[in-house]
Amino acid sequence: MSATARRVWAQTRFETVAVLRNGEQLVLMILLPVIALVVLATTDLVPLPEPRADAALGGALAMAVASSFTSQAIAVAFDRRWGVLRMLATTPLGPRGLLAGKLGAVLLVLGVQVLTLLGVALAVGWRPGGVTAAQVGGGLLLMVLGTGVFVAFALLLGGTLRPEAVLAIANLLFVLMVVGGGLLLPLDTLPAPLAAVAAYLPPGALGEALRTLCTVGQVDLLAAGVLAAWAVAGGLLATRSFRWDA
Amino acid sequence: MPNWFPASKANLTWRGSLPPPRVPSGAPAGAVYPGRVPTDSPALLVADLRKRYGDRDVVAGLSLRAERGELTAVLGPNGAGKTTTIECCEGLRRPDGGRVEVLGLDRALPESAAELRHRVGVMLQEGGLPLSPRAVDVLEHVARLHDRPGASGPLLERLGLTTVARTRVRHLSGGQRQRLALACAIVGEPELVFLDEPTAGLDPQARLAVWDLIRSLREAGTSIVLTTHLMTEAEDLADRVVVVDRGSVVASGTPDELRGTPHVRVVVPPGATDAAVAADLLSALAAHPRLVTALEGGDVLVRDRDGGDLDTADLALVASALTRAGHRAAQVALARPTLEDAFLALTGRELRTEAA
Repeated sequence: MSATARRVWAQTRFETVAVLRNGEQLVLMILLPVIALVVLATTDLVPLPEPRADAALGGALAMAVASSFTSQAIAVAFDRRWGVLRMLATTPLGPRGLLAGKLGAVLLVLGVQVLTLLGVALAVGWRPGGVTAAQVGGGLLLMVLGTGVFVAFALLLGGTLRPEAVLAIANLLFVLMVVGGGLLLPLDTLPAPLAAVAAYLPPGALGEALRTLCTVGQVDLLAAGVLAAWAVAGGLLATRSFRWDA
Repeated sequence: MPNWFPASKANLTWRGSLPPPRVPSGAPAGAVYPGRVPTDSPALLVADLRKRYGDRDVVAGLSLRAERGELTAVLGPNGAGKTTTIECCEGLRRPDGGRVEVLGLDRALPESAAELRHRVGVMLQEGGLPLSPRAVDVLEHVARLHDRPGASGPLLERLGLTTVARTRVRHLSGGQRQRLALACAIVGEPELVFLDEPTAGLDPQARLAVWDLIRSLREAGTSIVLTTHLMTEAEDLADRVVVVDRGSVVASGTPDELRGTPHVRVVVPPGATDAAVAADLLSALAAHPRLVTALEGGDVLVRDRDGGDLDTADLALVASALTRAGHRAAQVALARPTLEDAFLALTGRELRTEAA
């Protein structure tokens, strides 16, 4: 492993441990998606395509991916305030290594989230028989694209506003995405005008694509394209606007 | 107490992970290229540095030089431009003009920035510590980012942090966080370290521990540039002091040079004015033309015209002259100016409210 890769891995590990030891982050990133999965799979509170456990798993996975938005936006905002980003940027890790380490941590935590949700899904009736390698690859592609979108917008929000404002906005947006953005609940449960718009926004595109993958087994390429476009747009905006100090 | 600092540090000239780049053939003498480390270059060279925020010149043509192996203190009132200057040197801010060379490398070149991250330690004014992890985890993480870090345990012990090593940073006191930030700045064993107000908010015991550590660093050959408000810190630690005000250097030199020479201070008695006492004193001392008077803060100072030291014989002369001039109630004392005297004389006594 090169010295640069070793440093990025050290940062990835440090940030991953910090997330997994933080109670609030665990609630947001693990517990809430698990609760959502169990409730959706075992009750008929919300109409879902059959099999329910499969559709619920798709929504819960999308919710887990989107939780990186709120988690990273808040973490980045407070790290800016306390000068953590600037301090680490002056070490041999450098600004790029720091960002790479953060992204690595998000993906590592996503791995923990996915494994946890798959385990819980098995317990509530999901059966993975017949899942193909292409479907697994498609799922990974959608989740990585979703992570790219949500981390880019997390950096945009956390890298430009005061931490108190970020705290409020990031939590509010997460609730809106879950309840009315097509993330957890199918778009056809939303009012038609809202559903039409939400299909082209990151939460709706990701949620619907993962539900389709889990229930029908098809990769929604249009949704993947929508996510890729938002990832590029968010990345460019974040690059232009991000401030290292508060 | 373990010897945390290697004695051989002063001999190091190359500490980067990259091989030294080739210097182009035909390069002009004295030219600076990334990776080339002229051993005769100063630790820090700042020339005509400019930085503007909005319509305000925070740094206005500032120039300074810090030698290798020395501790250079940058003194200045609030809003003088100290932190902005240091942050330009650290690579955290992009100057609007001027030139910064750090360890012989042009700070503006991207290749230099990458190299300097290996060789320069930085302690930010705000500390820069993540709050959730434990103190020892933060320090060990920062150590892991360096190629040849020092040991964390002895450093924590040296800074009196062993008992709180397993405490989360958010639960440390302000002084403990300050010391942990210092540890993070030096755990990579840098050739040059920037310390932005390293003892702000520390109690006297913690301050002495930090000063001891800074002295050890300097004795091991590390170049140090620190900003401070504390005159005692600059007097006790610094080889050279740079006084900054309104974005530029107003004086620089060794603490002794800045302090000036011993003089006689006359406290003006009630009912008299400083100007009248000074005039009377000058007449009474007419036989001693080497002695001159000046007004300072309502007192009268008597100094040697050529900048020489005054002694107790001169004190007796001044006391006698005051008696002859009819100012028997005046108090006289032989005084050696402090750095604070010099600082106030250079930067004025009015309160500053702006911040840079």
